[in-house]
Amino acid sequence: MRVICNGSEQDLADGATVQNLIEQLELEPRGLAVAVNDALVPKTRWSLAVLFAGDRVTVIRAAQGG
Amino acid sequence: MSTFQNVLDVMDWDQISQAIASKTIHDVDRALGRRSQLDVDDFMALVSPAATTRLEAMASLSRELTMRRFGKTAQLYIPIYLSNECTNQCVYCGFSAENEIARKTLTANEMIQEAELVRSWGFEHVLLVTGEDARQVDVDYLVSAVELLRPIFAQISLEVQPLSVADYQRLLVAGATAVYVYQETYHQSVYKNYHKKGKKAIFDWRLETPDRLGEAGMRKIGLGCLIGLEDWRTDSVFLATHLRYLEKKYWRTRFSVAFPRLRPHTGEFEPKNPQSEKELAQLIWAYRIFDPDLELSLSTRESADFRDSILGLGITHLSAASRTDPGGYTTTDHSLEQFSINDDRSANEVAQAIRAKGYEPVWKDWDAVLES
Amino acid sequence: MKPLIIAGHSFNSRLFLGSGKFSSPQAMLDAMNASETEMITVALRRVDLQGKSDPMLEALKNFKGQLLPNTSGVRDAKEAVFAAQMAREALGTRWLKLEIHPDPRWLLPDPIETLKACEILAKEGFIILPYIQADPVLCKRLEEAGAAAVMPLGAPIGSNQGLQTRAMLEIIIAQSRVPVVVDAGIGAPSHACEAMEMGADAVLVNTAIAVAGSPAIMGRCFRDAVSAGRDAYESGLPARHAQSAEASSPLTAFLDKL
Repeated sequence: MRVICNGSEQDLADGATVQNLIEQLELEPRGLAVAVNDALVPKTRWSLAVLFAGDRVTVIRAAQGG
Repeated sequence: MSTFQNVLDVMDWDQISQAIASKTIHDVDRALGRRSQLDVDDFMALVSPAATTRLEAMASLSRELTMRRFGKTAQLYIPIYLSNECTNQCVYCGFSAENEIARKTLTANEMIQEAELVRSWGFEHVLLVTGEDARQVDVDYLVSAVELLRPIFAQISLEVQPLSVADYQRLLVAGATAVYVYQETYHQSVYKNYHKKGKKAIFDWRLETPDRLGEAGMRKIGLGCLIGLEDWRTDSVFLATHLRYLEKKYWRTRFSVAFPRLRPHTGEFEPKNPQSEKELAQLIWAYRIFDPDLELSLSTRESADFRDSILGLGITHLSAASRTDPGGYTTTDHSLEQFSINDDRSANEVAQAIRAKGYEPVWKDWDAVLES
Repeated sequence: MKPLIIAGHSFNSRLFLGSGKFSSPQAMLDAMNASETEMITVALRRVDLQGKSDPMLEALKNFKGQLLPNTSGVRDAKEAVFAAQMAREALGTRWLKLEIHPDPRWLLPDPIETLKACEILAKEGFIILPYIQADPVLCKRLEEAGAAAVMPLGAPIGSNQGLQTRAMLEIIIAQSRVPVVVDAGIGAPSHACEAMEMGADAVLVNTAIAVAGSPAIMGRCFRDAVSAGRDAYESGLPARHAQSAEASSPLTAFLDKL
C-alpha cells in the first residue's frame, strides 16, 4: 500500500499504522506532530491509527522562524 | 461576571489618601508632561495638594485638550424630575424617605407638559430624574416615559435607581442613550452612614451598576461622587480608577463625569469635607488631563460666575434653567425640590453667556437619525 | 522593571526573540543568551524525510524560557486552527503566536481571518498572541475574543523602519487590557527603547538581531534598550517642556474673584 507523506510516496504493509510509518522513516518522535488527511493524530493514538492507501500524511516539527 | 468590585477589593482608602498627600511638585510636572496616556498615579498627583501651585499650567493644558477634542462648543441639557418618591434614607438628600414633604410622580400628561415647555426654550437633550421607589417608578414607568418623550427630544438620558442589565436593555430599546449613576462615595466603610435605608444602602449593588450598563450596551455612562461627603481627593482617585477600568472594558461606551458639590451653609446637609471652588476647578482640570475624551458636566448647583468662567477650560456639558422638583417647570410652587440651585438664569441667558465667550451652545448631543 | 504577566505567567525579560534568519545555530544561541530573552518564537515545518533534524531546534533544547510556535505559512482561519493544533501537539504547549498572512509579498496579517481563528482557538484553550495591524479596534475585538496579548506591528515585517504606526500604537497601549507586544519593523535598539518608553509591554525582534554583524552583541544591545525603555516608562518620563515660572495667571484669575 502506498501513502503520501510530506509530498513523497511511501510504501507500507497493509494495515500499517502511523507508528509504523514513523518507525520506517526513522524519525525521532519527540517534537513531531502528525496529521492524516489534515486531521491531527495525537501521539497517544499513533499505534491505533491505521493508514489506508492514498492517505495524505503530514509530519511537522518546530523549526527556526520569526 | 467580574466587576469593579474585584478592583475595589484591593484598594485601601487610607493608603490612597496618604499616597495623594505625599505627591510632590515633580510628580505633578511629570504628569503634566506625560507623552502617553496618564495613569491613576499621575491623576493622584494632579488632585494632590502639591498641584495647587500648578493650577495655571493645569488650566492651560486642560483648555488645550478640551478645545482639541470638543472645539468651541458647550452642550446644554435640562433635567426633568419625574418623581420625588423615594424609599431610601440618604442624609444629604431632600427626597430622603423620612423627610415629610409632599410626594409626587408625574402622570403622562404632566410629563408632556413639562417636556413641551422646556422644548420651547430650545432644549433637545433632557435628563429624566427620579427618586428610588420601585413601587411608584418601576422600569415599566421609565420605559413608557422614554417612549412618550422620545418624539419630543433628540436625546434622553436617565438618572434613576440602579437597574438590571435586562431593564437597561429595555430602556435602550425604548430610546434612552445615557444613564448617570453616582456612587456618592467610594469609601465603603462609611457609605452606610450616609445611606441608611433602602436599596441605595447596598454599596455593591450601586457600585456594580456601571458594569451592568456596560454589559447592556448603554451608549453613555455618567459617573460622579457627591463632593463634600468624604475627602474629595481620595474619592476622585477611586472614581478615576473606576473610569479607567470601565473605559478599557466597555470600550464602545462613552463616559461622563459630573461634579455635584454640596455647598456649605446653604441650609441643606452640612458637608463634612467641603470643597472650595478653587479645588473644584483643580478637580475638573485633573479629569480633563487624565482623560481628554471624557465629557465633564457641571450643573446649576454652581454659580453663574463659576460656570461662565470654567467653560472652555474643561467643562463640556452644562445644565441650565433647572428645577429639581417634579412638575417644577409648569408650577410656581417649588416646595418639592431636591436641592436649591445656584444659577437661576434662563436657558436663553445661559446660551447668551456662552456665545459671549465665543462658544456655540449645542442643544443636542447627537442626532438619532441613524438609530433604529 | 516589573515582571511581564501574560495569561498568569510571569516573565522577567520583555524582549521576545524570533528564531529565524540566523546564520548558524551557534549564532542564535549566542543571541539568545546575550539577550536574556525568555520567549522565542519558532515556526512549524514539514519534517525533511531524508532524516536531517533541524540543528536550530537542537540548539533550543536547553532553552529555559517559553517557546512560542507561530502559524506562519497559513492563509486563513481554518488553516491556522489546524496549524495551532499541530503546534500544540509538536511542542506540548498551549502558547501560540497566531499569524495569518495570505499576502506573500509584505506578509501583512489578515484581520478578519485572525479574529475568526482567535475566537475558535480561545475556546480550545490556547494562549493566543495574535500578530496584527496596529488597529486599535481590532485589538479590542481580539481581547474580547480571548487573546492573551496583542502583537501589533510597528512597520512591515523585516523592514527595519521602526514605529511607523506610532499614533495607533499609542491608542492600543492606552486602552488595552492585555499586554501589548510590538512586533515587526523594529530595526534598531532605539526603536525598541522607544516602544518601551511609550508603554508597550514587550517587543519582538528577529531580523535586526539575526542579521547583525554580531548577533550576540546586538542581542545584548536590545536587552539593554528594552530594559532602559521600560525602566524609563515605569519611573515616569520627565515633561516634554519645562514648566515655565508662572508670572501671570490669566486662566485662573477668576478663582480669586469668586
